[in-house]
Amino acid sequence: MPQKQFGTATVDVDADGFMTDFAQWTREVAAAIAKEEGIAELTPAHWKVVEFMHKEFKENGQVPSIRRLNKSGVISTKELYELFPGGPAKKAAKIAGMKKPEGCV
Amino acid sequence: MEEKIKKVSIIISKGSLDSVYPGLIMANGARMEGIEANLFFTFFGMDAITKKRMGKIKIATVGNPGMHMPSLAGILPGFSAFATSMMMKTMDKIDIPPVPEYIEMISDAGCKLYACKATVDMFKLKKEDFCPQVDSIINVGKFYEIAAGGHIIFT
Repeated sequence: MPQKQFGTATVDVDADGFMTDFAQWTREVAAAIAKEEGIAELTPAHWKVVEFMHKEFKENGQVPSIRRLNKSGVISTKELYELFPGGPAKKAAKIAGMKKPEGCV
Repeated sequence: MEEKIKKVSIIISKGSLDSVYPGLIMANGARMEGIEANLFFTFFGMDAITKKRMGKIKIATVGNPGMHMPSLAGILPGFSAFATSMMMKTMDKIDIPPVPEYIEMISDAGCKLYACKATVDMFKLKKEDFCPQVDSIINVGKFYEIAAGGHIIFT
């Protein structure tokens, strides 16, 4: 299994760089992944998305879709694309330490 | 590694649910991957962006071998509406929104939507007949200009 070094932390990742062991996730690791994805700094708005994703995953065992994020009132689709430019669902899931989203929507 | 796709322009030319959705899914999927996307609606495909019709897109139950039933059954009154509502329920479960919501979502995702000038003239439509997400009414020449440097997908 491939591993990645973020600061002092070593985490297990899949072939696309998504974390495979959520127990290894920390806010520092999240910030480091974000930097790699071209997001220089995680703002409170970013954290709100990440925290909602964790909550949804805990409750439903699923990474929430963009539609779900929008409908839940957490963040509008427009803002989500602004916060995570170039692939919001994937980037947010990656930063949140979750698996790659599988859905088409 | 192959070079990534940077831009797609998708043409939706038919007005049945099974014709409209694939184009919408591809456009939205492109934006989700950070690919620039344009949607061009022409002929009956334009129903998907017409205020009066966008909420009433139905499955073609006649002449559609994919329905796995005789076309004769498909002509029964209300059958298309029934088949459509069944399918919409399933789609909602997997988070595929109804057409009007999907159009809004795709536009919010940064995809540009265009209506075909020839069809607008033919059906005597006006800009006000379209949902607000439609950027403009353009001719085919303008479409090629907008699509330049990317891939074109016709559905």
